Amino acid sequence: MIKHAVFEKNSILLTVGILIVVAIGGIVELAPLFYLESTIEEVEGMRPYTPLELAGRDIYVREGCYNCHSQMVRPLRDEAERYGHYSLAAESMYDHPFQWGSKRTGPDLARVGGRYSDEWHVAHMVNPRAVVPESIMPGYPFLATTALDTSDIVDHLKANQIVGVPYSDEMIASAAADLAAQVDPDSDDLDAMMARYPKAQARDFDGNPAMISELDALVAYMQMLGTLVDFGTYKAEGENLR
Amino acid sequence: MHILSMLILALGAAATLLLAIQASDAVMSFHAGLMALFFVVGIVLVQKRRNNLTNTDGYEDGIIRAGAIASTFWGVVGFLVGLVIALQLAFPVLNFDLPWTNFGRLRPLHTSAVIFAFGGNILLMTSFHVVQRTCQARLAGGWAPWFVFWGYQLFIVMAATGYVLGVTQSKEYAEPEWYVDLWLTLVWVVYLLVFLGTLWKRREPHIYVANWFYLAFIVTVAMLHIINNLAIPISWTGTRSYVIWGGVQDALTQWWYGHNAVGFFLTAGFLAIMYYYVPKRAERPVYSYRLSIVHFWSLIFLYIWAGPHHLHYTALPEWSQTLGMTFSIMLWMPSWGGMINGLMTLSGAWDKLRTDPVLRMMVVSVAFYGMSTFEGPLMSIKEVNALSHYTDWTIGHVHSGALGWVAFVSFGALYHIVPIMWGRQRLYSLKLVNMHFWVATLGIVLYITAMWVSGILQGLMWRAYDQLGFLEYSFVETVEAMHPFYVIRALGGLLFVLGSFVMAYNLWRTMRGDLRIEAAPIGSTNPVGAAS
Repeated sequence: MIKHAVFEKNSILLTVGILIVVAIGGIVELAPLFYLESTIEEVEGMRPYTPLELAGRDIYVREGCYNCHSQMVRPLRDEAERYGHYSLAAESMYDHPFQWGSKRTGPDLARVGGRYSDEWHVAHMVNPRAVVPESIMPGYPFLATTALDTSDIVDHLKANQIVGVPYSDEMIASAAADLAAQVDPDSDDLDAMMARYPKAQARDFDGNPAMISELDALVAYMQMLGTLVDFGTYKAEGENLR
Repeated sequence: MHILSMLILALGAAATLLLAIQASDAVMSFHAGLMALFFVVGIVLVQKRRNNLTNTDGYEDGIIRAGAIASTFWGVVGFLVGLVIALQLAFPVLNFDLPWTNFGRLRPLHTSAVIFAFGGNILLMTSFHVVQRTCQARLAGGWAPWFVFWGYQLFIVMAATGYVLGVTQSKEYAEPEWYVDLWLTLVWVVYLLVFLGTLWKRREPHIYVANWFYLAFIVTVAMLHIINNLAIPISWTGTRSYVIWGGVQDALTQWWYGHNAVGFFLTAGFLAIMYYYVPKRAERPVYSYRLSIVHFWSLIFLYIWAGPHHLHYTALPEWSQTLGMTFSIMLWMPSWGGMINGLMTLSGAWDKLRTDPVLRMMVVSVAFYGMSTFEGPLMSIKEVNALSHYTDWTIGHVHSGALGWVAFVSFGALYHIVPIMWGRQRLYSLKLVNMHFWVATLGIVLYITAMWVSGILQGLMWRAYDQLGFLEYSFVETVEAMHPFYVIRALGGLLFVLGSFVMAYNLWRTMRGDLRIEAAPIGSTNPVGAAS
């Protein structure tokens, strides 16, 4: 039997011992997630975020929305009835980082897309208690009056491409045009944008055509949440069963 | 050697100054400017104190005094921000609808301030104290320990101002962006080297048990921090980045990190405090050497597996959830083994609880540790978690550990260290320690009971069905039901904050050398709170 004094008398041995002992759990739990194919389901409909949605997601991150809103519907009866189909791993596979959240001070947002009108979202963001009197959410009136910084949108897509989101070079090259087209239904670039990003919704989200605001981006992001996967073709059995 | 130091610091100043000028956004410019200022002040200080920094005799106690002041300051700040956000949840008008005052930005400010600023400074201070005393050696590395101390403060300032200005990567308890993460990595590696370097200089053949825990804390936090935060910046001169992990893999990487920020930052590090200061204060040896060994290795081995219990019923594969739950339940055993080792150290000295409120604070902290490490495994059981997850029960659980265990053992260490480090006969007032103890304990009780009730209530309301088989409550009805408990929680938080003011005052008077004339506690045979 090895005497424990060996570790107590040699700081390097102790350090190496600690490293080995703390590495095991992480390796066993994390590594398989990267090669077991059953980890992420086979689904139809997932695509990378449009540049506008990505910018909206950035604002969601910046304001710390994840502190109070989850984006992960659990397979429990009440959650399925309240929020819709339980969340799939595939639905967040392009999220860097993930936005599943850990607390529901407000409701889950994984499937909030299409549930409320744009007007509702705008009014709610400016003053939550104007539409939900009991709400304890902070107001975000400044989003409507702040112009969206679109100058580095190409860099955002490029960084996403590097970390594995399947943005094509064409998507990156046309990022700025695609962003502008999504808030302008009359744009000539609209068809090309829609071809690159199927199911994208294009309109002036915040009701103020004079400016692309941060609110435009945020509402565009929220209106697409949970709308991509085609559950008509999704098979919960077979290869997706786990 | 001195020339080399100057060269390194000058290089740092030049590089960060260049970054500040070239930065593509204002926050980066601000933060790089702060780093440049850090290096410039560093050059001046290292130059001025070069004789003192090469001193190898005695102990480096200045850094411990600095740590005591820093941790008291950050503690009060962190608790205050916590009170503000607790009030925001009860009274949303307090968000003021401004970007930099909303809950979403202030909540990370609170968690980082209490965990990393308060807790981190306590760990720096106590580890530098314990490693010197138990090795009978001065801290290694000349000005390196001071680089760790001030570098860590800069990390805190950059993280905190970043959140308020909207710079975050949104990973809980790992919100700082890539460049702040890199800075912390640098500081942390130097910290590890200073700690190891001091161990190498030791005049005792054995490394004392508290140092095992500190070493595990430093090494593991480095591993977690680096892997969890790997990211690709959108530009080398901008603040924003995208984490390389995505979706389900990111979720588990994050909670592997997040749970072990609890396990190694808030547990292993603070157990080191328990293993040094409780025996010291009780003037008794650690209860069982053998239990220390079993406690140490089993705790660090099992903790690392527990992350998936944060992701029960999510899109994380089921095998992973089950594995996480199993190890979380097993974790109960080493946790209580450690608690028993701490509590039983008082064998033959239990009477001191009556006369020494500092020791009482430490012992109660170990009791809270036992309570929250029982509650944790309970909540990791999937069926329990189905109810508790996403609710305030989690918040209550965290705070019984954070306020009851981490903060109380930290207060105990501060009350113990300050009179010694400032060469005072005793604390300014033991009566004020007693007052702090009771006010804070009452605050904790209000806090956690309010969160238990609100968490379980909301969990049950979400899943309640009416007679016709429809969901009984809309979401916002469950939010409305939380209001009274949010008010009670804020009241508990207020008491805790008031307690920390009392502590800060008491420590400040102690530092000044004041002694309050007080009668000795009933049953005491020693002079009041004489420092050992």
